[in-house]
This record gives sequence, C-alpha cells and structure tokens, in this order.
Amino acid sequence: MSTPYDHPETIVCPGGPMLLRGRHVVGDADGVPHETTRPVTAVCRCERSASLPWCDGTHKVLPERLRPS
Amino acid sequence: MELPTPRGPLSEALFAALRSTDDFLPVLAETSGASVDDGTLCLWVLHQLHYREITGVPDTLEWDPQLLRLRALLEDDLERRLRSRFTAPTGLSFVVDFFDWVDEHDGASLAVHVHREATRDQVLEMLRERSLYHLMESDPTAWVVPRLGARAKAALMELQYDEYGAGDPNRLHHHLFALGMEASGLDATFGVYVDDASTEILEQNNAMTLLGLHRRHRAAALGHLAAFEATSSLPSRRMVQGLERLGFPQELVGYYAEHVEADAVHEQLAVRTIIGAVLEEAPELAEDAWFGAFTCLDLEDRVARQMLDRWGVRDERDVA
Ligand code: FES
Ligand SMILES: [Fe+2]
Ligand SMILES: [Fe+2]
Repeated sequence: MSTPYDHPETIVCPGGPMLLRGRHVVGDADGVPHETTRPVTAVCRCERSASLPWCDGTHKVLPERLRPS
Repeated sequence: MELPTPRGPLSEALFAALRSTDDFLPVLAETSGASVDDGTLCLWVLHQLHYREITGVPDTLEWDPQLLRLRALLEDDLERRLRSRFTAPTGLSFVVDFFDWVDEHDGASLAVHVHREATRDQVLEMLRERSLYHLMESDPTAWVVPRLGARAKAALMELQYDEYGAGDPNRLHHHLFALGMEASGLDATFGVYVDDASTEILEQNNAMTLLGLHRRHRAAALGHLAAFEATSSLPSRRMVQGLERLGFPQELVGYYAEHVEADAVHEQLAVRTIIGAVLEEAPELAEDAWFGAFTCLDLEDRVARQMLDRWGVRDERDVA
C-alpha cells in the first residue's frame, strides 16, 4: 500500500507500439511534428503503419522478424 | 425507446405486462419452452430497463423483484449457452499470449466483405443492426468500474475516458456513430431498428450487458473488452476503405477512422494495464478473462456468419 504504483509516461509493448501518456509532439520520418490528441497514444515502432507516426495495428500482420522487439 | 415487436409467447406476455404493470408471475410461467429468439429479445428489453426509458413502462420496474427473477432465469440460460461453447486455453499467459491467441481464434469478418464486395444496402442493413451496440458503445463496460481495485480501476478509466471523448462530447464514440447514421440517412434514435436485429445480434448485446452487470463477471467483461479492442483497428481500416468505395458520408467514415488509431491504443491498454492489473491482484480470474475474450470472438463470428449467409456470401475467413 505504501509504495506508489508504477505509472510510467511510456510503455513499450513487445512486438508493437510504444504507449505515450499525455500531450507530446512526435516527429515523423520527415521531421514533421505531430501532436498527440488523446489521453494515451500508441506510437508506431514497426514503421509500417499507414497512419505514421501513430500505430494502426499493422504490426500484428507482420512476420515475426519485422516486428519491433 | 419503444418496446419492440414480440417474437413469441414469452415476449407477448412480458411486453403486455410491462405496459399494464401487471403481476409478472404468469410471465415467469411462459419461460419454460420459450424459443431462444423469444427469450433473447425479452432479456434485451429487461436489460434496457437499466440503461434508458422505455415508452409506456414505469421506471420503477427496473428493480421489480419479479422482473429481476425473470431476468436471472434468462441470464442463466444465456450464460449456460456461452459456457457450453467455451474451452479454457491451457498454459497461456493472458498478457503475453493474448494477441497470438486472438489471431488464431478470430472468425468470419464483415469488414472484409464491406471492404471490397458489399453493396450499399448491405452496409445500411449492417449499420442498422450494429447500431444496437454502437449507440451505447462502452456503456456495458462502465458497470465494471466500481468493482475493481485501484490499479485496474484507474487503468480502465484511462481507456473509457477516451471512449467517452476525453471530456469533449463531440468526440464521444457513440455520439460519433449517431452522427454517422444521421448523415447516412438513418434514424439514430436508440432501438428503432431492433425489429431488424437477428437473434445473434441481440445475444451479442445481451452477453455484454450480462458480463457488465454482474460483479462476479468483472474479469470476463474485461476479457471481452480486450478481444473487442484487439479485433478493431485493422477491420476499422477496411471499413473506412469500403465506406469510401461506396460513397458513404465523411461522418460515418470518421467513426471508423477514429477507431483505427483509438483501438490500436485501447487493445494494448486492455491487455497490459487493465487485465494485467486485475490478474496480478487475482490470478484465479484468468479463466474468466479468457471466457470473456472467447465469448466476444465467438459471438462476433456468429453475427458475421449469420449476416453473410443471409446475403449469400461465402464465408470469407480464408481471405481475412
Ligand atoms: S507498431 Fe503498430 S503499426 Fe507499427
Ligand atoms: Fe470506441
Ligand atoms: Fe476502443
């Protein structure tokens, strides 16, 4: 009870995105800044999302070796 | 909401009694031998008493003991049906193995059909039936909040906050669906299309309310949520493309576009922060979480197959 619960600003999801809590600006591959719009955002790590820089679930249909660790 | 058209002796008796607030004991007698369709419609109406006003039915009946008895009988029946279809996976960790398990158990897909083949009329038919859930999206899960410990409760609210628009009603998901329906020429009043709904659609909705309303089903409700979110992003993308192909309005496309990105977040939250916390506190609830997840995928498969059969479409699972 006395130790505070873990509540990190980022959570790395094995094989999938990185979750980002709160408001942030994330740059895409061309350096264009994108602002987060929801309480928690999934940032793509496989680089194959059709909504970059955000995750759109595409990582789930990639072969194992193309999924981020 | 208006009472639907009865589908058999049980719903005839129940709806007449609801209108006249008669003694409900004679209705109870009708339950034995009622068809699944008839009983399922009755349970759907009894559940709706907990969500909204039904024209001509006094609000006090929400907690009428005889109606609760009837609700319990119909819920037992539903739960027995759902459990009989389920076998618990063995040797799997929910948090680690969930997404692979979903991949193996995902069934027939309406989104695949909408993507490339569906006609405009088929999509409208689908929207009318789906509206029974989408117009109250996330509400069944809201019942679960007070039943959780601090960590899981905060985690579920983090997800639900986004479903409910993060404070902005213009972003609230079931409102987005209502806007999409109206722009597509449909009536977004809750329940107007219930007479068109298949037994499968009603059963799918009843299962969500059943799991949401009972504290003992809290882990199953969250397992259901996880499976629902985990089968949404990619199908929503197909829906976007299919609706654009058919020239549906931007409001409706926008509802599905929102779910591509939202549910890519929600699926991770549901599994990692919500169920992760629940199972760390109470590992014995793992089987319930799987039961809920299986029920979600299984009922969606039944809904999709029923609709595809009705349209004479071959099961497209192989191309999904
Ligand atoms: S990590 Fe999900 S699409 Fe790239
Ligand atoms: Fe949603
Ligand atoms: Fe969601």
